[in-house]
Amino acid sequence: MSDLDLRIEPGERVLLLGASGAGKSTLVHALAGVLGGEDEGESTGELLVNGRPAERARGQVGLVLQDPDSQVILARVGDDVAFGCENLGVPRDEIWRRVAHALEAVGLDLPLSHPTSALSGGQKQRLALAGVLAMRPGLLLLDEPTANLDPDGVTEVRDAVARVLDSTGSTFIVIEHRVEVWKDLVNRVIVLAADGGVLADGHPDEVLVATGEALAAAGVWVPGFSPVLPQRSRQRGEPLLHTEQLSIARVADTVLRTGIELEIRAGQALAITGPNGSGKSTLGLTLAGLLPPVAGRVVADGLRQGIGPEPIRWKSRELLTRIGTVFQDPEHQFITGTVRDELAVGPRALKLSDAEIALRIDPLVERLRLGHLLGANPFTLSGGEKRRLSVATVLATRPPLLVLDEPTFGQDSRTWGELVALLAELLDEGSAIAAITHDAEIVEALADSEIRVAPWQTSPGSVEVVR
Amino acid sequence: MTATAEKKTDAAPASGRKKINYRWRVVDIVVAAVIGVAAGLVFFAWNQLYNPLSAPLEAALPGAQSLVYGVWLIAAVLGGLIIRKPGAALFVELVAATVSALLGAAWGPLTLESGLVQGLGAELVFLVFLYSNWRLYVAVLAGAASGLALAINDLILWYPGSDVAFATIYTISAIISGAVIAGVGSWAIVKGLAKTGALSRFASGREATATV
Amino acid sequence: MSVLTPTAGPQAVYRINPVAKFTTSFVLSAVLVLSIDWVSATVALGLEFVLFFWAGLSLRTFFRRTLPIWIAAPLGAFTILLYGRPSGESHFQFLLINVSDGSIELAIATFLRMLAIGLPAVVLFVTIDPTDLADGLAQVWKLPARFVLGGLAGLRLIGLFLDDWRSLELARRARGVADTGRLRRFASQAFALFVLSIRRGTKLATAMEARGFGGDTTRTWARESRLRWPDAVLIGLGLLVAATAAAISIATGHWNFIAAQ
Repeated sequence: MSDLDLRIEPGERVLLLGASGAGKSTLVHALAGVLGGEDEGESTGELLVNGRPAERARGQVGLVLQDPDSQVILARVGDDVAFGCENLGVPRDEIWRRVAHALEAVGLDLPLSHPTSALSGGQKQRLALAGVLAMRPGLLLLDEPTANLDPDGVTEVRDAVARVLDSTGSTFIVIEHRVEVWKDLVNRVIVLAADGGVLADGHPDEVLVATGEALAAAGVWVPGFSPVLPQRSRQRGEPLLHTEQLSIARVADTVLRTGIELEIRAGQALAITGPNGSGKSTLGLTLAGLLPPVAGRVVADGLRQGIGPEPIRWKSRELLTRIGTVFQDPEHQFITGTVRDELAVGPRALKLSDAEIALRIDPLVERLRLGHLLGANPFTLSGGEKRRLSVATVLATRPPLLVLDEPTFGQDSRTWGELVALLAELLDEGSAIAAITHDAEIVEALADSEIRVAPWQTSPGSVEVVR
Repeated sequence: MTATAEKKTDAAPASGRKKINYRWRVVDIVVAAVIGVAAGLVFFAWNQLYNPLSAPLEAALPGAQSLVYGVWLIAAVLGGLIIRKPGAALFVELVAATVSALLGAAWGPLTLESGLVQGLGAELVFLVFLYSNWRLYVAVLAGAASGLALAINDLILWYPGSDVAFATIYTISAIISGAVIAGVGSWAIVKGLAKTGALSRFASGREATATV
Repeated sequence: MSVLTPTAGPQAVYRINPVAKFTTSFVLSAVLVLSIDWVSATVALGLEFVLFFWAGLSLRTFFRRTLPIWIAAPLGAFTILLYGRPSGESHFQFLLINVSDGSIELAIATFLRMLAIGLPAVVLFVTIDPTDLADGLAQVWKLPARFVLGGLAGLRLIGLFLDDWRSLELARRARGVADTGRLRRFASQAFALFVLSIRRGTKLATAMEARGFGGDTTRTWARESRLRWPDAVLIGLGLLVAATAAAISIATGHWNFIAAQ
């Protein structure tokens, strides 16, 4: 990030936008004083918070980050919120007063000894917000706070922030891909240019109209500039897989759902929806032959190609050409040190010749735009590139059924558009897709049938077939 | 509250500038703890598994069971190589020992004492090299020193009734194990980790990527 | 995360300062480790079992948590049986193996000693809450707060690491490589876990810094950790058990100082 000249007044509420790599995160981290020392980068010019350099103003700036899990510091809710106060040297009685106040401000009505590991994503983000609030900062910074949350979590966090801003009047800067969420809460939008400096700066409506198209092209979700949804020729192929009175569980003794009956057909997309934690992933992984059913069966007659009917009994290599699974976190799937090797893992496990492998990989590299990344280490790729790579590795062995766990998780609009277009193409070519997702838009765009897994408390037991 | 930002540039880290900072940053402490915890889990898993490996070794040549003990020494050398600050080897090995003790390892606080002694072994080697040499041979020496410390500690506390042959073989095997598994092994792990970009906030990570 | 979460309950043992539990365990171990004889070990074990009842762990939890000791003790004893310093009549000899009166006695002593040291350690440790331990280490023993809390924060990530591990395993099955090569797969998974953990740790460090951690201001403590009389009582009991065991052993002439070997 370079050549930045900005001034933000007390009480202003700012939405910071820009293409990836423009330096939004860097700026926000710098304001919070957590960017790192001189041995980690170079800086010129000054960054002042309330007239003092940012690193010395630590207690006055509060920063909430994107990943809910990596911001939980202590094991109990009360202790976690008190952490910031302890660091600032606040006396003990005052600490607990502030903790109670902060928890109330964000709407977390939980006992102080409640374990933090038992919180949902939205609750964890609100906990982080409470922890920051207890420090009584004058400047509140949020770096993509809702990117990793399901729609309920997003609303929770947004409402909590609105309440907090109304009661404290803090200065507020938020970075987010989804403009919709914050548009009504902010009174100023700043767009950073990719090569340095400020692209636009002003009232939300003006800026969004002026730069809306450029932003949408760069991947920001601007209302009114949504990605174009692909056309599909919706055909119904033969059934590939069905379940019989299926019961699923992650851990053997806590059954999540019972008596599930569903069917997946070629050329069709099944969406499995529901809030986080309700068992969607478990269902998806059970269908994919990775988790054993607790009761009932998964029968894949249309996929078996000569071996037994139940995916869980198939060998790992046999799964490759029948069911492909793309995990929620692509990094869990990476096994090798370069992108090219990663793509070759599946075909190699099938004992294909080098020529055959190249034949399979090259078109995928084309299609998913991975050509310039072939020698890179998979862990060094950006979020969108990792997602494309994990999809490409699965396609290399041409399975008729694809199971995707939250494929659009945390994606910007460009990657989202590409992925949806790719999946539509695959469906038209005859593949079947089972997508576990909380993203209503991809369900709208692609799904032929939908299964909703409602929260456990409201309807334990079977799932609801929506269409 | 005003925030003014003016002309701040953030380029890729300058190469060649090597000012050694001995103070621990927060990220040093937390990542050291994380490595210790991960290593402690590995130790715990290893504690369950090592008997079927060490028993035949022991049957073949009494004292040779310590050839597989190098796994317990990885934490110290790995910690030193990644964090590169005074006390890193000791801290990481202590955290790993604490985790493995909390998970129910058989010797309770003596696990911690083992961790302390083993960590010190590696730490001393890094100290001798003034915490500025992190090459392969230093890693090997640190591993070997740790192995020696392990052997002395075990022979005094756990095998005080054993004979000279056993003690000698035990010590030599421990040193070899430390040098190879903990020394070479840790060094290779760090190189691999650096390539994934996970160590980008550490000198050990930036060194590897700078040469690309 | 089930293994690391401490058991909880109303018994007195849960209110004792973790630092006191550490000290007690250390005192017991330090004294018992000095000698390898069956008298001190048995006396200590007997007294310890009384304390175990008072700690109030259910029988099932007790055996589940102390299982590693029940496995390791016989194995360690077996080693000494075969290779212990020979004395008295020799019963079996083959290459370097020499089972003699002396080694049999040492083996029994080793078995009992491992139990006497290991069992109370587990019972005490299993009832320690990590946050309370950190508070104790920093406030009572005055260890540097940055290291203690940094360590605690890292420790909390264990639950996430285990979830990651399970996902890593499933992913390898999905990728077609889970049929063969267990050792290699284990190494690759362990490596991936390291990468993911270091990433998480780095993010956690940023979050902690954002809350003012690691700065120059003197820290205050939201939860107070002090040594009170029940803590002193526990340490006293530990000393008593250790002293009794040692005294009886010396009095009956069985004391076998390790440095004298």
